[in-house]
Amino acid sequence: MRNPQLNDKGELQHLLTIEGLPRETLTHILDTATSFVGVTAREVKKVPLLRGKSVFNLFFENSTRTRTTFEIAAKRLSADVINLNIAVSSHTKGETLLDTVDNLSAMHADMFVVRHAQSGAPHLIARHVASHLHVVNAGDGRHAHPTQGLLDLYTIRHFKKDFTRLSVAIVGDVLHSRVARSLIHALTIMGTPDIRVIGPMTLIPAGVEKLGVSVFHDLKQGLRDVDVVVMLRLQSERMRGALLPSAQEFFKYYGLTPEKLALAKPDAIVMHPGPLNRGVEIDSAVADGSHAVILSQVTFGIAVRMAVMSILAGN
Amino acid sequence: MTLVLPDPEILCAELVKQLKPQVTADTALVGIHTGGVWLAERLHAALGISLPLGLLDISFYRDDFDKTGLHPQIKPTQITFDVDGRHIVLVDDVLYTGRTVRGAMNELFDYGRPASISLAVLIDRGGRELPVAAQYVGARLEIPQGRMLVLDRDEHGKLRLKFDA
Amino acid sequence: MKIHIKSGRLIDPKSKTDTLADVYIAAGNIAAIGQAPAGFKANRVIDATGLVVCPGLIDLSARLREPGFEYKATLESEMLAAVAGGVTSLACPPDTDPPLDEPGLVEMLKHRAKTLNLAHVYPIGALTVGLAGEQLTEMAELRDAGCVGFSHADVPLQDNQVLWRALQYAATFGFCVWLRPQDGYLAKDGVAHDGEVATRLGLPGIPAFAETIAIATVIEIMRATGARVHLCRLSTREGLGMVRAAKREGLALSCDVGIHHAHLSEMDLGYFDAHCHLQPPLRSGRDRDALREGLKDGTIDALCSDHTPVDEDSKLLPFGESEAGATGLELLLPLTLKWALEMKVPLVQALARVTLDPARVLGLDGGHLSAGHAADVCIFDPEQYHKVNAAELKSQGKNTPFLGIELPGRVRYTLVQGMIAYETASAK
Repeated sequence: MRNPQLNDKGELQHLLTIEGLPRETLTHILDTATSFVGVTAREVKKVPLLRGKSVFNLFFENSTRTRTTFEIAAKRLSADVINLNIAVSSHTKGETLLDTVDNLSAMHADMFVVRHAQSGAPHLIARHVASHLHVVNAGDGRHAHPTQGLLDLYTIRHFKKDFTRLSVAIVGDVLHSRVARSLIHALTIMGTPDIRVIGPMTLIPAGVEKLGVSVFHDLKQGLRDVDVVVMLRLQSERMRGALLPSAQEFFKYYGLTPEKLALAKPDAIVMHPGPLNRGVEIDSAVADGSHAVILSQVTFGIAVRMAVMSILAGN
Repeated sequence: MTLVLPDPEILCAELVKQLKPQVTADTALVGIHTGGVWLAERLHAALGISLPLGLLDISFYRDDFDKTGLHPQIKPTQITFDVDGRHIVLVDDVLYTGRTVRGAMNELFDYGRPASISLAVLIDRGGRELPVAAQYVGARLEIPQGRMLVLDRDEHGKLRLKFDA
Repeated sequence: MKIHIKSGRLIDPKSKTDTLADVYIAAGNIAAIGQAPAGFKANRVIDATGLVVCPGLIDLSARLREPGFEYKATLESEMLAAVAGGVTSLACPPDTDPPLDEPGLVEMLKHRAKTLNLAHVYPIGALTVGLAGEQLTEMAELRDAGCVGFSHADVPLQDNQVLWRALQYAATFGFCVWLRPQDGYLAKDGVAHDGEVATRLGLPGIPAFAETIAIATVIEIMRATGARVHLCRLSTREGLGMVRAAKREGLALSCDVGIHHAHLSEMDLGYFDAHCHLQPPLRSGRDRDALREGLKDGTIDALCSDHTPVDEDSKLLPFGESEAGATGLELLLPLTLKWALEMKVPLVQALARVTLDPARVLGLDGGHLSAGHAADVCIFDPEQYHKVNAAELKSQGKNTPFLGIELPGRVRYTLVQGMIAYETASAK
């Protein structure tokens, strides 16, 4: 079965998931992002690469943050950006997903950035659109959030340089997390030898070891000597679905505090995809402390998305 | 037909001679990756320019993005001096269609408004597709269309011209 | 009409026959096998050289989508699909709209099917009114109207008190209850097997124990009530083990497996292929392998198509939103042959799983070719491979994971009650 992300020349046509991408492709994206970091640091933050191109943000699931970063990234490439909050438009009137996509394609879109509550929705769209259109997955259900995985990878590379010597811990609601899945794929492709997921049994999905990670239910054990700690966001719905009793108990056993962080390496970095739930998965002292690189993730996120869009648009 | 290519070391010395009278303490030198940077490094040292050397990668400013996509290897762009009001000498190895120089000028203007930009090249091979001209030229050569002339650098740093296809 | 089927390879699981033999049909029945009856003059001679002549297939589960779901399929199209697939009898589940919980609905369905004069239809009645899981249906009345059993289709029957009473009531009359073993709460919101593929794809999972817990409950209630139960669409290795033990114990338990679960596993979901969105979900390779063995050793009584035509729009959706089910009537024979070839099961044994054994589950004297009995016959070319393509499927449902796949076996003639219900010219 041909990888639906690649065109018949083997080039990246869509970015749907990190899984299955060669290491060279990830490295190329990270290296290109480095150049864009330089662009975003100067006065004129724009380059004319995507001028005349239309990027449509198709957000079937609300997210102002992610949509804004994609919008900024596209505009810095001089693209025209159209935002569609489908949650409130024709989707609720009963128009199917593919009908919506067809209508928008007819408006001369060049690229769709798609966020959807259902795993696999971007794959369905990518199979369906004309060959000149590119689809970027901005998060589908629990499945994947590839640009987040890439910016997490970029952040780790920036601070730690060599993946092949790292120990990375991913903490929290792994079961529902597309961020966790994408990061796990990214790290295994880059050769990270020790990837750990830490959480209560109710939040660790079946067969996750097969992805190349080791499972810990004890935070103190799992954090021992790690170089990178990635805290996942815990959504309040989880407390209502018989998965967890309360935020307080979760914080006591799985929340990242300075004491728990002290078990990791002294120069360990702390990451979080945002938005933070202070006092639920992370203590303010840590979030605002010297180990946290959360704001860097945001900066890198724009450069990484610029890199992804440029590479796709040029293929 | 075999073309005898000139020795870039000699041409480089020729450019230094041409540029020396024009260079002041405020002159900036900017090399275009990759051959232009090698040349600019030599000129920068030989002319004793005080401002740090500027490096430009024009991958984001090319006009053939739709045809060829993003270049697989993007080198670092580094302009650490203030471009506003600056006299800049742009340096490249071979001047051909003029599109690279146009991209480089567009990129420089995103950094600020220079007082002037002049162009120094090792070889002007004609074949211009845009109204671009070099003020400082090492040599003029007629190269048949379809052949690519490039600058090469060996392990000792010695410059050499050759055909790439 | 008198028909002479000449020079075919007769395979009859009941008599364990696999030999070259002619078949003579008259007045809707098989008049004789081997030697022509005295004075037999055929109106039609079918040259079955190189073809297999076997009992018409009996499919334990085919959704005909009438009444209520005519936009997905109609009786006409699905019955044509049945005979095109060599299926001469089929049982249909009660989850129509309205569900088959009233004798009038059952009579109407049987009448419609009879008028079409294609395959025999054996309706399975609803176990509870409206399939709502609260009130028992008039099972005896429904039986009189033509139901061969009672089921809850794919709707979870969560109240064990109701399940117990339903099995007791059915046992009173000796009726067979058909149950899909899946705990509704454990399967809630799940769309794929809870394992490494669902984890990778980020799909909510249905654990294997959703099936085994349900099987355990059913077995306990069977012990207490002496009820007859047929488990529909087994999907787990552990579940199969429980059935094996229950049969050894002597409980009146039978079971079937769907054609897709005999061939596919969770790996076939690939990049979210909604054609593989099925209920029960496609499970691990280990589960599939155990089910294939279970079919071979007879622990699993029958292979059925679980024919579920789905309109194209309902499949062109993200996996979790797509409708579950696959079209299968026309693939029952090819997939049985494929299984037999791969598992090295002789045809006379393999075909039993889609003829004699399903007949036994239905309580019918059918699925065999014997003089004096109804001439429901399937004649097929076992050597011809055919690529499954949507345009050629007679069913209105084109939703199958096997699109574009070459499968063995091509039905050439289907006879129901001695009438040729389907025939097609040779490919060459």
